[in-house]
Amino acid sequence: MSTLPTAVEELLDAALVGELTVVDATGRPVTYPLIPLYDGEKIYLTSSTLFSRKLEHIKGNAKVALSITDPIAVGGRPDRATIQGDARVIEEDPHGGWERLLPIWEKKEPSIVSFLKARVALPLFFERSLIEITPRRALYWADGEAATAPVVSDAGKAAA
Amino acid sequence: MGATLTATPRTPALDVHEGLAKLATYPFAILTFVDEAGYPVSIALEAEVDPAAGSASFAPPAGLAVPAGVDVSLSGSHIRPQPGYGYDERRHVTVWGRATVSADGSRVAFRASRAWGWDEAEVPFFEYSERSLGQSKKYFDALSVERGTPVKPKLSFGWLALRTTRLPFLSATIVPVVLGIAIAARQGSFDLLTALLTVVGAAFVQLGLNVANDVFDSTLGADDANVTPTQFSGGSRVIQYGLVSFRQMAGLATTFYVLAGVIGLALLGLRGSTALLVIGVAGFIVSIGYTAPPLKFVYRGLGEIAVAVGFGPLMLLGGYVVQTRGALSWEPFVASLPVALLVMLILYVNEIPDRRGDARVGKRTLPVRLSKPTVIAGYRGSVIAAYAIVVGGVVAGFLPIPTLLALLTIPLALRVSRGLEPNYDNPYGLMAVMGVNVKVHLYAGLLLLAGYAVVLVLGALAPSVSLFVGR
Repeated sequence: MSTLPTAVEELLDAALVGELTVVDATGRPVTYPLIPLYDGEKIYLTSSTLFSRKLEHIKGNAKVALSITDPIAVGGRPDRATIQGDARVIEEDPHGGWERLLPIWEKKEPSIVSFLKARVALPLFFERSLIEITPRRALYWADGEAATAPVVSDAGKAAA
Repeated sequence: MGATLTATPRTPALDVHEGLAKLATYPFAILTFVDEAGYPVSIALEAEVDPAAGSASFAPPAGLAVPAGVDVSLSGSHIRPQPGYGYDERRHVTVWGRATVSADGSRVAFRASRAWGWDEAEVPFFEYSERSLGQSKKYFDALSVERGTPVKPKLSFGWLALRTTRLPFLSATIVPVVLGIAIAARQGSFDLLTALLTVVGAAFVQLGLNVANDVFDSTLGADDANVTPTQFSGGSRVIQYGLVSFRQMAGLATTFYVLAGVIGLALLGLRGSTALLVIGVAGFIVSIGYTAPPLKFVYRGLGEIAVAVGFGPLMLLGGYVVQTRGALSWEPFVASLPVALLVMLILYVNEIPDRRGDARVGKRTLPVRLSKPTVIAGYRGSVIAAYAIVVGGVVAGFLPIPTLLALLTIPLALRVSRGLEPNYDNPYGLMAVMGVNVKVHLYAGLLLLAGYAVVLVLGALAPSVSLFVGR
């Protein structure tokens, strides 16, 4: 069941790329651009084992944020959002477990299917773990301007 | 091996000035900090960036308190959407530092302390991936410890077999061996069983070579040092990717060589000759000595010659003498020379993108030893020589006239020649050129075979007609 405001959900559905921020062992934020995949309840991102440092950070500290800031990546929409949440790494099957998200991924990046068919060319890219984010709080800027205070929604309480 | 992987820098070092200079090129910055509840929060804002001073400033975001005394970051992220495909032009940068709010609260000053980023225009995605192999290995090692059982990356058996053995490159063996058999057949010697055994045995020699090459290049560090492999160069990389263990690869190479040896002994028993024994032993030495110590031909700048000899005269004459029971003649030797040159040129061009990694581990291939103009001139000279030998062989009466069909591949060779200069320093741009270069050898070999097929057919239909000049 959705716990996020409709406008934030629309941004999640539209975004080709968002920025996942995790917190490293020193308490420093580390930001990675990734494709957000939203199933109507939770946000998913996938990470190749090649670029799996972020997974180590999440295992050390589950508190993350996903921001959607680039108007070009959301079809020109001016609004922006940051979703704070608790993340967990799903890695029972790095070889194929992530493929259940392929239909949502393909909608944003159609070429991924043809790349997957040629996985022999870059096998480790397709060894992937899932990052599942349970939203706790959403900050939404309707005009996208930092000069305007964000509308804050407490998604965590709705989910509880 | 692993130490080399983890030591490979994934992205070029970026100091704070360079990081800020990159950040300044983005239309907005993303301020990120960890809030009081411990969650990161990101806000897009306009920042004034001063790369020379190592600083930036921005208006404080409304409704959110920027923390002091802890690291915050400013990031830039860029993609270019490609409808129906996805996106490209990926790049991002993050600069960390401390923020200080001015006394009147109207401005936040940011002092940078560290930067990191990736731009696929500077480090192509495939190279970035190769540079990240150490992280993948670390991931699987940690997962294996967590589960108490080894966890490895996977590929389906078919793809893994194809990748591990580099099966598509078997044309380098099949072309000369079948050509040798065809020449013997034209001269009246042909036995189907031993012809098939020869092809299979020679294929095992090459498969053994392919796998042994990975084993020894991994032992000597060449494949680990190469961060720009392509589908034509840099080995199969199954060891580097953790798909097949070093021990499994060593066992597979041994198996292929044993199978080749068994077939070789069978052929000696069936069609025994001193020439076949000499060719077989020489072929084995060239094959195993290509990368294996102490010979290590390819590390001594002799790899190109070894490949030319092995996949030219030795393969072709091997196929020939099995059929003739050891009798030798000039015709197969002359026919083997263009094949030898063209197969040598496959290796030669494929070594161009590998040259930096090869140089780091002392693999003294010709592209490592020679300058760019000399390497390109070397290609052109060798390919001209290959075609000149075909023409000369026909004119001198060694080769039948229809083998001139091989000249039809000259336009392909010209494409390779023209593609070397602009793509010399671009491994991924060179991939298309390498692909065409493989076709030059394959098609020229097949056309030489076609020439002999014409001779065989015409010989059956009109025995009195000679297709040799001067006969």
